[in-house]
Amino acid sequence: MEDVLNAIVLITNFLIVPGLAYGSQLALGALGITLVYGILRFSNFAHGETMAFGTMITILVTWFLQARGVGLGPLPTALLALPVGIAATIVLVLLTDKWVYRFYRNQKSPPVIFLIASVGVMFLMNGIVRFVIGPRDQTFTDGERFIITAREFKQLSGLREGLAIKTTQGITVITAIVIVIALFWFLNQTRTGKSMRAYSDNEDLALLSGINPDKVVMVAWIFTAILATIAGTLYGLDKSFKPFVYLQILLPLFASAIVGGLGNPLGAIAGGFVVAFSEVSFTFAYRKFLAYLLPENWAPEGLVQLLSTDYKFAVSFVILVLVLLVKPTGIFSGRAL
Amino acid sequence: MIGRLKNFGLFAVMALLIALVGFMQSWSLALAILNLCLISAVMALGVNIQWGYAGLFNVGVMGFAALGGLAGVVISTPPVAAAWSAGGFGIIASLVIALITIIISVAIYSRLKGAGILRVWAAVLVAIAGYFIARIFFEPAVDAIEAVEPAKTGFLGGFGLPIIFAWIVGGVFAAGAAWVVGKISLGLRSDYLAIATLGISEIIVAMLKNEDWLARGVKNVSGLPRPVPYEINLQRSEWFQDWANSMGVSTVEFSSIFVKLCYAGLFASVLLIVLWLSERALNSPWGRMMRAIRDNETAANAMGKDVTSRHLQVFVLGSAVIGIAGAMLTTLDGQFTPASYQPLRFTFLIWVMVIVGGSGNNWGAVLGGFLIWFFWVEAEPIGLWLMDTITSGMAEDNALRLHLLKSAAHMRLMTMGLILLLVLRFTPSGLIPERRR
Amino acid sequence: MSYLIGEHMTGGYGGADILHDCTIAVDKGEIAVVVGPNGAGKSTAMKAIFGMLSLREGRVLIGDEDITGLTPQARVLKGMGFVPQNNNVFTSMTVEENLEMGAFIREHGVAETMQQVFELFPVLEEKRRQPAGELSGGQRQQVAIGRALMTRPEVLMLDEPTAGVSPIVMDELFDRVIEIARTGIAILMVEQNAKQALNIADTGFVLVQGRNRYTDTGAALMADPEVRAAFLGG
Repeated sequence: MEDVLNAIVLITNFLIVPGLAYGSQLALGALGITLVYGILRFSNFAHGETMAFGTMITILVTWFLQARGVGLGPLPTALLALPVGIAATIVLVLLTDKWVYRFYRNQKSPPVIFLIASVGVMFLMNGIVRFVIGPRDQTFTDGERFIITAREFKQLSGLREGLAIKTTQGITVITAIVIVIALFWFLNQTRTGKSMRAYSDNEDLALLSGINPDKVVMVAWIFTAILATIAGTLYGLDKSFKPFVYLQILLPLFASAIVGGLGNPLGAIAGGFVVAFSEVSFTFAYRKFLAYLLPENWAPEGLVQLLSTDYKFAVSFVILVLVLLVKPTGIFSGRAL
Repeated sequence: MIGRLKNFGLFAVMALLIALVGFMQSWSLALAILNLCLISAVMALGVNIQWGYAGLFNVGVMGFAALGGLAGVVISTPPVAAAWSAGGFGIIASLVIALITIIISVAIYSRLKGAGILRVWAAVLVAIAGYFIARIFFEPAVDAIEAVEPAKTGFLGGFGLPIIFAWIVGGVFAAGAAWVVGKISLGLRSDYLAIATLGISEIIVAMLKNEDWLARGVKNVSGLPRPVPYEINLQRSEWFQDWANSMGVSTVEFSSIFVKLCYAGLFASVLLIVLWLSERALNSPWGRMMRAIRDNETAANAMGKDVTSRHLQVFVLGSAVIGIAGAMLTTLDGQFTPASYQPLRFTFLIWVMVIVGGSGNNWGAVLGGFLIWFFWVEAEPIGLWLMDTITSGMAEDNALRLHLLKSAAHMRLMTMGLILLLVLRFTPSGLIPERRR
Repeated sequence: MSYLIGEHMTGGYGGADILHDCTIAVDKGEIAVVVGPNGAGKSTAMKAIFGMLSLREGRVLIGDEDITGLTPQARVLKGMGFVPQNNNVFTSMTVEENLEMGAFIREHGVAETMQQVFELFPVLEEKRRQPAGELSGGQRQQVAIGRALMTRPEVLMLDEPTAGVSPIVMDELFDRVIEIARTGIAILMVEQNAKQALNIADTGFVLVQGRNRYTDTGAALMADPEVRAAFLGG
C-alpha cells in the first residue's frame, strides 16, 4: 500500500505538478495565438517574441524594484512588475499593428503575407530583446521558493517520496485560472467581448451590424499582449529567462492552438494541457515509478524513458502531425471565438 | 530593354562591391565572401522555387540545409570499422524495424478507411510497438558505437566517397524530408505548412545535435576531405611556387586564393546548372501551370488540376536545392557543426534574400543571395562603426556605451527584420521583379 | 417622392456595368419586390442601394438625403437594415447574442426591441440560448431578419430570404414580412419565387439585364399577361 502511495506521490511530484504548471503557461500562450488567428486570421509567428519582450520588461522593472528593496514578501516581486510589462507590451503590439499589419489589412492581403510579416516582426522583436537584455540566462525569481518542500512533505506524510510544489508553480496555475475566467467572462458577457466573437465568426455580418473593426482588432491585440506577457513571465519565473527559448516554445504553442482548433479559446486551453502532459509524460523516466509498483525482482534496469528530454519538442510535433492527419480543424473545430 | 540593362547594372554593382572588399580588405576575404554568396544564391533559388513559383512558405530552410550538411559527413568520412562491428547491426536492424513499422502504420491508416477513428488508434499502437521494438536494438548499438574512441570517432563514419557526391545525396536527404512534411501539411491551410516546417527543422537540428552515433552530435565532425587541393600541398609543389613567383605574390597568399578560386569554380558551376534548370522549368508548361495555381488556386482546382500534388512536387524540388546548398556549405567549411544551424542564419536570412531579390524571379533570388550575404558579413563592421560613432560623445567607460558596443552583434537581427518588413511593404516585388507574361 | 430611392443607377464590380439606368424605390409601410431572370442584376441593384458597390451614375436617397457616398456601415446608421442571402447569422453565437449584435449600434431600449422580435418570431424566444448554427434553414432566416430588425431600421432589405426553404416556411416568412411592413417599415426584397412575392408586393420591379423592364403594383404585374408569360411561368 505504501508503495502505491509512494508511486502516486512520485508521479504527482515529477509529472502532474510540472505538467499543470507548464500546461497553464502553454494554455495562456496558445490563447494569444488563437485570439490573433480568430480576429486577424493569421498565425502569429511573433507571439513567442512578444512573450519574451513582455517578460524582459517585467524583469527590468523587477530588478529596479529589488534594488529599491520593494517586494511582495513571500511572493515574487515580478508580480508587482507585471503591470508595467503588460503596459509596455500593449504599446509594442499596438505600434506593430499600426506600422505593419494594418497596411496589409487594408490591402486585404492573403494570410501568407501576414505570416511573412509576422516572421519579420519576430526577428525584429528578438533583436530588440537581445539588444536590451542580452542573450544570456536571467533569473528574477525571489520570495519564498516553495509552497511545500520535499522534506516537509516527507515529514508530514511519513512517505519515502517527497512532493515539492514551487511557489512559481502555484502562482502559475492560480493566475492561469483567474485569467482564463476573466477572458471568458469578457468574451461571453460584455458587449465588446461579444462583438469580438461576432467579428471572428462572420466579419461581413459584423460590419453590417455596425461593429467597428478597428476597435475589435485593437482589443484583440491588447488581450494578446496581456496573455503573452503573463504567459512569458510565468514561464520565465518557473524555468528561467532565456531569449532563445521563446523561439523554441513557438512549436508547442502552435501545437496547442491547433490541437484545440485555431481560433477556439476553449480549444487552446485544452490543447495547452494536452501538449504539456504529453511532453512531460513522454520524457519522464518511469524506472522508480515501476519499481514501486512491480514485484521486487521485476524492477526495470533502464530509465524507462520513452523519449530523451532533448527531443521534447518532437512530442509537440508528433501531436501536430497527428492532428493534421486526422482532424485538421482540431478537437473543438477552429474559428469560433 | 531598360529592365535588362538595370538588372545587368545591379549585378555589376554586386561585382564591384566584392571587388571593393578585395582592394580595401583582402582578396582572400573577397573570395571567401564570394563563395558564400554563391552558396547563398543556390539556397535562395531553392526557396524561390517554393515561394516564388508556388507561394509555399517554408519556415524550415534550416532543417533542410542541415540535412544537406549531414550528407557531407555520411558520404565523405571514412567508415569507422570498429563502430560498425560494435553496433552496425543494431542500428541497421532498428532502422529496418522502424521502416517496417511506418509502412504497416501507414497501410493500416490508409487501407482501413471504414474503421473510422479506430484506424488512428490502430496505427498509433503499431507505431508505438514498433518504436519499442526498434529501441531494443537501437540503444545498445548506440552505446557501443559511442564508446568507440569517443574523443576521435564514436560514430559510424561514412562511406569514404568523394565529398562531391554528398551534394547530390544532400539534395536527396532534404527531398525525402520535404516529401514527408509536404505529404502531411500540404493541401491544408497555408499556415500549417509554415508551422510544420518550423517543427521539422527544429527536430532535425535537435537530432543532429544529439545523435552522436550519426555525426558525433555537438562534438562536430571536422577535417572533411576536400574536393580541391590543400594549401599546404600547393605550397610544397614546385610548379605552384614557380607560378606564384611569376605572378609576383607570396606562395602562401596565392595558395589560399587559388583554393578559394577552385571552390568558387565548383560552386559557380552548380549555381549555373541550378539556375539554368530553374529558368527552363519556370518557362515550361509546368512552370506556367505552377504560377497559374499560385495566382488563383480556386480556378486551377476547378480546372481539374491536382493542386496539392503539384505543390508537393515543387516543395520537394525546392527543398532538394536547399539540401544541395547545405552540402556545399559543409564542403566549404570542411566540418559539420550542428550547433551552427540557427534559424536566423539559415531560414530567415534566405527569406530576406528571396524577397529583397525579387520573389518569382530566379535572377532576383541569385542577386538577393549575393547582396544580402554581402551585407550580412559586412554588417558587423558597419554596425560596430555605427555604434562607435553614435557613442563617441560618451566617456570610454560609460555603461550605456559599453552595452551598446557589446550588443552591436544583435543589430543584425533587427536590421534583417527591418529590411524584410520594409521591402515587403514598399517594394514587394523586389529588386528584379517577376517577369509578367 | 418615395422614402428610399435608387435613381438611375449605373455601375458594376469594376469591370463592365451590370446595372443600366436602373431605378428602384419603396415607401414606408410598403413592400417592394425586385424580380427577374437569373443574372438580371437583382442582387446587384440591392447591393448598390446598400453601398456595397460604387455607382458610376445615379444616386441613392433616403428621406430626401443623398447617401450615395456612404459606406454600408454608415447607411446602417441612417436606418437601413440588410439581410444578406448567405452567411447571415453568427453561427457560433446564441440566438439572443445574434440579436444583441444586431443592436450593437444602439444604447437604449434593446430589450424592448428584442421582445418585439420575439413576438414576431416566437420560436426564437424558445431557442434563445441555442447557437444559431444549430437551427433549421427557416429558423436561421428568422434570426437573420430579427438581427436586422434590432437596429430598428426604417428600411429593411432582404436578399432572397426564402432561398432554400420549404414552401410552407416561405409562406410563413412572407406573412411575417407583411407584419413587419404594417409597423411602418419599408421593405425592399429580392426574390426568386416571383409569383408568391408579387402577391404580397405593393410595388414590383421586373429587371432584365440590369434595366427596368416593368414597374407597377404587384397586382397589376400579376395581371399583365406579358409579365406572366415571360417571368412567372404562365
